[in-house]
Amino acid sequence: MQDVEAIVKEALAAFAGIDDADRLEQAKARYLGRSGALTQLLKGLSKLPAAERPAFGSRINVAKERLEAALEEQRDRIRARQLEARLTGESLDVTLPGRGPATGGIHPVTRTMERIETLFRSMGFEVADGPEIETDYYNFTALNQPENHPARSMHDTFYLADGKHLLRTHTSPIQIRYMETHRPPIKIIAPGRVYRCDYDATHSPMFHQVEGLWIDEHITFADLKGVLVDFLRRFFEREDLRVRFRPSFFPFTEPSAEIDMSFGEGWLEMGGAGMVHPNVLANVGIDAEKFQGFAFGLGPDRLAMLRYGVNDLRLFFENDLRFLKQFN
Amino acid sequence: MMKFSENWLRTFVNPPLAAPALAEALTMAGVEVEALEPAAPPFDKVVVAEVLSVRKHPDADRLTVCEVEAGGDAPLAVVCGAPNVRAGMKAPLALPGARLPGGPSIKVAKVRGIESRGMLCSSKELGLNAAAAGLLALPEDAPVGTDIRKYLDLDDQVLTLKPTPNRSDCLSVHGVAREVAAVTGVTLTPLRVKPCPVRVSDRLEVKLDAPQACPRYCGRVVRGVNAKAMTPAWMVRRLERSGLRPISAVVDITNYVMLELGQPLHAFDLARLKGGIHVRFARADEKLALLNDQTPALDHRFLVIADEARAVALAGIMGGVETAVGAETRDIFLESAFFTPEVIAGKSRVLGFGSDSSYRFERGVDFAGTAAALERATQLVLEVCGGEAGAITEARADPPKREPIRLRLARVRRLLGVSLSATHAADIFRRLRFEFTAHEDVFTVTPPSYRFDLTLEEDLIEELARIHGYDNIPAATPAAPSSMLPAPETRRPHAALRELMALRDYQEIVSYSFVDEEWERDLCGNAQPIALANPIARQMGVMRSSLAGSLIACLCFNLAHRQPRVRLFELSRCFVSDDGKYAQPLRLGALACGDALPEQWGAPARRVDFYDVKADVDALLWPRTAQFEAAQHPALHPGKSAHIMIDGKTAGWLGELHPRWQQKYDLALAPVLFELDLDALAARELPACREVSKFPLVRRDLAVIVDESVGSSTLLAALQQDRPAVVTDIGVFDVYRGTGVETGKKSLAFRVLLQDTHKTLTDAEVDTAVSQLVRILQKQFDAKLR
Repeated sequence: MQDVEAIVKEALAAFAGIDDADRLEQAKARYLGRSGALTQLLKGLSKLPAAERPAFGSRINVAKERLEAALEEQRDRIRARQLEARLTGESLDVTLPGRGPATGGIHPVTRTMERIETLFRSMGFEVADGPEIETDYYNFTALNQPENHPARSMHDTFYLADGKHLLRTHTSPIQIRYMETHRPPIKIIAPGRVYRCDYDATHSPMFHQVEGLWIDEHITFADLKGVLVDFLRRFFEREDLRVRFRPSFFPFTEPSAEIDMSFGEGWLEMGGAGMVHPNVLANVGIDAEKFQGFAFGLGPDRLAMLRYGVNDLRLFFENDLRFLKQFN
Repeated sequence: MMKFSENWLRTFVNPPLAAPALAEALTMAGVEVEALEPAAPPFDKVVVAEVLSVRKHPDADRLTVCEVEAGGDAPLAVVCGAPNVRAGMKAPLALPGARLPGGPSIKVAKVRGIESRGMLCSSKELGLNAAAAGLLALPEDAPVGTDIRKYLDLDDQVLTLKPTPNRSDCLSVHGVAREVAAVTGVTLTPLRVKPCPVRVSDRLEVKLDAPQACPRYCGRVVRGVNAKAMTPAWMVRRLERSGLRPISAVVDITNYVMLELGQPLHAFDLARLKGGIHVRFARADEKLALLNDQTPALDHRFLVIADEARAVALAGIMGGVETAVGAETRDIFLESAFFTPEVIAGKSRVLGFGSDSSYRFERGVDFAGTAAALERATQLVLEVCGGEAGAITEARADPPKREPIRLRLARVRRLLGVSLSATHAADIFRRLRFEFTAHEDVFTVTPPSYRFDLTLEEDLIEELARIHGYDNIPAATPAAPSSMLPAPETRRPHAALRELMALRDYQEIVSYSFVDEEWERDLCGNAQPIALANPIARQMGVMRSSLAGSLIACLCFNLAHRQPRVRLFELSRCFVSDDGKYAQPLRLGALACGDALPEQWGAPARRVDFYDVKADVDALLWPRTAQFEAAQHPALHPGKSAHIMIDGKTAGWLGELHPRWQQKYDLALAPVLFELDLDALAARELPACREVSKFPLVRRDLAVIVDESVGSSTLLAALQQDRPAVVTDIGVFDVYRGTGVETGKKSLAFRVLLQDTHKTLTDAEVDTAVSQLVRILQKQFDAKLR
């Protein structure tokens, strides 16, 4: 019968040399299995004199525990080595691009108009909309430009072949449509497409405008200046931006102003504005003695050009993906 | 547009401001100065010289050696290459040390061995006229030795004004001077014209047959005029600096007075007039040959000047050829009239041409200045062309009214947000030369005859504001009651839809709303599109009823620029004619062409197909689900196109481009397109919470064989409609054709999810529910269980 210590020593040595989980279990069976060396010793216990049995039994049990602990340790070691080996084999090239579709983008002018909406909404302006095929009444007459008014020649109008309709030349008809269905206080902006029969480097037959309208009891020309200066400085994120208002003429505002802006040198025309003309208010049944306010029209295309450094208006409508993707 | 010489303006008003500051002041008062350019480029040391003698250069065929008197101690020898040089002529001489525009400075130098002490100049060399050849011949009386800049008044600037349509009073130098006086506070020196002595007794009777259209008409006869007289140099200069070409003395004078005073005038050849003058509306189809070689057929809308026999001028617009002043004219009839703006307005659009005269009349001419302008023109005619004048015949009716306007300073404060004192307001009105009375803070102002834009209190407030200066009105932070904006949760904002499209790899475009008629016909089956009367080009002739054409055009454009994978969308109005009315729905259209994914290492290349784009449509609509019904569309492949149905209504379409158009537009690959009504797209339901079951979810798969013609969504809809309560979801997970399934049939596999909110389902309950579904399919679609 083998000595317990010798068995333990041999087993420990055997376990330590094994780096495979299955072979470790086989080795375990050789010592702790049904016919394993230690088990055999235990079976031989009955042959010992009764007085020696407890001591010998406890020695065997101690030895079993040592082997079990050693086995567990060895198992951990094997698992750790296996994990390490697996991780080494599994490492990715994390610099490879991700899989799947790409992402598109929003047109720079839309992006600009959304930005304008966000800024004006933050001041409580709602967004309104209106048709692009308009009647003479909404585009001109209701805006205080009766037929043959010389101011109409400022707009090169597209007419429909039906002789009755036209393409709106500005977003101002939305003022009329909105005021026909809403009473003051009115505080809206209306972005949209407008059309004029003109095409060269600085004109496109279709372009964009954003109309603004604020009617209440005490909205003043000074407020108009405040709102537009605020807007332009927020839009361009430049507090040093200079804005000037210059007397001008629009049939639907009185007094009227041209808005110029400067980053330092020279003035850029940004749009028109003014106090809503009493005739316009009368046309929609609003009492001009009680209510007053301002209207303005800005050019999102021009704002986008200045904001993003685009030098030709026509690029916006050419839809060259190589151009558009720069704004994504 | 109004262009004129600064020096001319300064004869009326001379503020202590340099030209740029003056231009700035006008601009900031609302009369925009668009350009300020020097009348001549800078140069110096050029004087009036007389050529005393000319001899050939001994060593050069084309050169001459001139002896030139230039006001110095002795005549100078100058070598000259101009062909028109001759002894006795006067011409500009650039002296040694002179710097000419764009050229080197003049030095004493030998030219082919002969010393030249200066250079005789052409007007091109002085930068006055790019086209001129040869020496600039000066008048015989030009004083030798005078600085040419002084002699030709070259130290001058040309101002180009862009007065707004309401400011017709600024369409003359005198009118601008009046404005400058108001803006700067400097005194205006008015033009003083003495009435001409009446020396002939001839006069023409004038009858106003349409007194409302022409309430004032002045005319006079001038006899013994020399129509061939030279227009004086100073007048030619001023005309030219205003952009007018000199024509003949009489015509130049009428143009000059128009520029000076804003009153258009006309001169008739008296000998060609038959009897008295009638101002009347044209007769139907009356013909009149005009000075611009056009002979429009007139009608009752046009006002004409007529003699006893026929129309001789289109009133306020243009004179007739037959009665025009020519070189042989001896006697003239000069006209100065006021025509009502509304009568002239719009006529140039009808005719297709206008004139400097109609431009002024349709905006409004000073009706108090009619006779004065005629006196001024007569004075100039007598000075320049000689002759003797008759008395002025004046016919008049009621001129436009100038009603007094009440102005409350309280209203000024309320509208502008800034207070003006009564003294300040009175000062501004005085500077504007408006007649007014004031009673405490209420003014009563009568607008002058030359202003056609002042009828309301607000008009006067603008006058106060602009003279006070818009810059002097502070920018305010509005104080108004504030309230939150509505934020409807059941409508998705357009921005959210755009963002979604961008995330699905589509690039937004913005294309013209007017398209080629052919696209409408081909792609929309629209034989009668909404046409423009005056398109900018034929290919932009009709309003689009769908975004398809523009998307395909944009695809072609980008393919031509070597973009292999094109995915586009646009959100815009479309225009649909409906019985004379126009529906203008907002739509979202999209197109995908090329590979489904960008070329990449981890996924095999594959062309985008119907189902890829259908997934995009689903994503766009999610969490709502649309039904897709096979349907024909003119743009699409008949076997690969569907209507997109939401709540039982067609909300758009989806499909692959028809091979016919693929061929026509020369596309290597067929794009897949869809279009959706934005109204249907933006709507979404407010989520309503339901109880989440704690009991296990059971999945059963169900495969049936049906006819090829039966759409899977039809089956799904039927199952959804009559599904047992415990069935929570049904979806298609496989479609199979081939072995085991006979031709003309397909196998569809459904995933059925079952769950009860109160208990765990038993196998028997699950079986019952599934067989109920099977029965629906068997009954309605003759489906066979696979």
